[in-house]
Amino acid sequence: MENGFSSPRNDSFPAGLRVLVVDDDPTWLKILEKMLKRCSYEVTTCGLARDALNLLRERKGGYDIVISDVFMPDMDGFKLLEHVGLEMDLPVIMMSVDGETSRVMKGVQHGACDYLLKPIRMKELRNIWQHVFRKKIHEVRDIEILEGIESFQMTRNGSDQYEDGHFLCGEDLTLIKKRKDIESKHDEKDNGDNTSAKKARVVWSVELHQKFVKAVNQIGFDTTSLSCFYRAMTSNVCLAEVGPKKILDLMNVPRLTRENVASHLQKYRLYLSRLQKGNDFNNPVGMIKQSDSPLSDSAGSFGSQNSINLQPTDVSNGCYGFSVSSLVLHNVDPRSHDGDRKILVTTPVAEPKRGLTVDAPNPRKPRISQMEFGHPLAPHFNDGFSHLPMPGQKQLTRADYPQPARAISSAPSLTEREIGCPVKIKPSRNDYGSNASHVNSTANAVDSIPLQTKTNSTNHHVSSTSSMENQGLNMNCLTDVESSRKNINLGMPPFAPLDEDLQVRFVPGDYYMNLGLQNIEVPEYFDPSLLTDVPIHLNDGLRFDYEFYDPTEYSLIDQSLFI
Amino acid sequence: MDRKQLQHQVASTRRSLFDQGYLDDQFIQLEHLQDEANPNFVEEVVRLFYSDSVRLIQNIEQAMINKSNIDFGKLDDYMHQFKGSSSSIGAKKVMKECSKFREYCYAGNIEGCIKIFQLLKQEHATLRRKLETYFQLVKQAGLAESA
Repeated sequence: MENGFSSPRNDSFPAGLRVLVVDDDPTWLKILEKMLKRCSYEVTTCGLARDALNLLRERKGGYDIVISDVFMPDMDGFKLLEHVGLEMDLPVIMMSVDGETSRVMKGVQHGACDYLLKPIRMKELRNIWQHVFRKKIHEVRDIEILEGIESFQMTRNGSDQYEDGHFLCGEDLTLIKKRKDIESKHDEKDNGDNTSAKKARVVWSVELHQKFVKAVNQIGFDTTSLSCFYRAMTSNVCLAEVGPKKILDLMNVPRLTRENVASHLQKYRLYLSRLQKGNDFNNPVGMIKQSDSPLSDSAGSFGSQNSINLQPTDVSNGCYGFSVSSLVLHNVDPRSHDGDRKILVTTPVAEPKRGLTVDAPNPRKPRISQMEFGHPLAPHFNDGFSHLPMPGQKQLTRADYPQPARAISSAPSLTEREIGCPVKIKPSRNDYGSNASHVNSTANAVDSIPLQTKTNSTNHHVSSTSSMENQGLNMNCLTDVESSRKNINLGMPPFAPLDEDLQVRFVPGDYYMNLGLQNIEVPEYFDPSLLTDVPIHLNDGLRFDYEFYDPTEYSLIDQSLFI
Repeated sequence: MDRKQLQHQVASTRRSLFDQGYLDDQFIQLEHLQDEANPNFVEEVVRLFYSDSVRLIQNIEQAMINKSNIDFGKLDDYMHQFKGSSSSIGAKKVMKECSKFREYCYAGNIEGCIKIFQLLKQEHATLRRKLETYFQLVKQAGLAESA
């Protein structure tokens, strides 16, 4: 029964659909459990969003669909929704007793595939399998697209990027293959070019995302003005004017479809709007710091989700899911723009600019190498942590970890978490050099942003507390991203390997940026001398705007609620 | 009272709960979920609801303690939760009061909120008594049946 759903040819389909129900109301949890069991589904219940995320992360591929209430004490249901969508790319159904249009709209915007009103009838639950099925079908199509891109990227990045060349984990791959059989007409796409012959969803690699952002910016942003940045940040006006078709044309990537771009754009928009919200708050470091601010969790997860989250599954399976891309999207903000930068900051995931491959600090790094995120993070990262030298990075890593206990629920493993967001920044010295120049330009742009200043000041503030998070590193934006997840450990080769707790792995030539937000105790690790070896652009990248930190969103921080 | 009479009583008590607007369709849904695997499902759910609602009620009262400085947003959230919970067993009258409460909340009318909350608690307690009586009858009828 457990794999009932993964093999659709199972006669009892959709029996065995693995559902995860999240609701803080024990009465509803009991009722829903019973209802779902009656539908012959396999049910797991959770009273806390944090627990749910842990479960999902621990058991990648262990659930087919998530049903969650909108209102939960430890985390906003919408946030959970985003996390799940980005990290695990599972369909999520929202529930609430409130059927106000605005709420439903919010659900849709955050990616919910359905919104149920309480009291929920069993018949409504019977058909939830359709969402899972639909998603799988769409993935298949994306995979085909991806094949083309994959081969394209692989050629570019070298074959070691893809760990096993598997983009999908076992079941998914099987399922997708099956789907492909069903939808053979899609096979006409250029499969021939795919040297690896691997199927995968569209992986928004750093480079690809870079192109995307570039295209978006070209269309809707003024590349150099700060006002534009603000404009972008304050209203998604720019983005709203940007159409997927235009972006697609500008990107000029073979075999990328308008649909791919559209869905990526959607996530990007969400990402921007989150940043925007965070921007309003300039959350002082203090707020974040010390607490295991949800940012770390969220941020981490967010970050990880996008790029890395794929990783978790990927890491373990060498698969890369789309989540990666989403991660990129969210976490990585359009580098090209200031505004983007901000976003970037938040997303440790990688700033494509850097061209670093963000790799999860965990031992499996090689796997992640696939995610070429360039140095996206680097530039920002540096900016944010201006005073955080590489060690800062170390800290970051640490930051992620310190939280592990709290935020990352499953602390056990940061490793696991890392996996979750193994963003491996693999710049290799040479790359770094080349990226550096690239980054520099970015960095410059970044510098121009006043926000940075703010960040800096904030950072100072933080320095005492040392929250890297305050650095705005992704923290702000990252709220969504679990810092731990991010494990974007941008290790700077020149720095001595971080300690243990940081789990920052400095792979020669690799940069690991640990975007652990929030508990990054930067000050402690700050060693100016360490910076000397750090490329300029890296420094720039470190700056995080934690201005983006949205206190409202992360009121949790106060409550130390982290996922 | 013999079995038949008990059964009739159970049926009419149940009927009146619906007729008088104490319960709505959700309660019937719960009854449908009751089966051999969970023979006392409805009663269990109701008990769970009542035990959990203690906490929710406390939250609301806490949020209304300091009349001069009320966080209506939070208050609304708590009430939202309470309403959601009440909807789980189909507590119709209780939910009505919840909605009224939220209206006062939106209006920032704390006095109104306090008054409505009193009514709400009354409805909540009344339903509890009625359901307890009902379940007692059900048990008795069940025992009579097996006898």
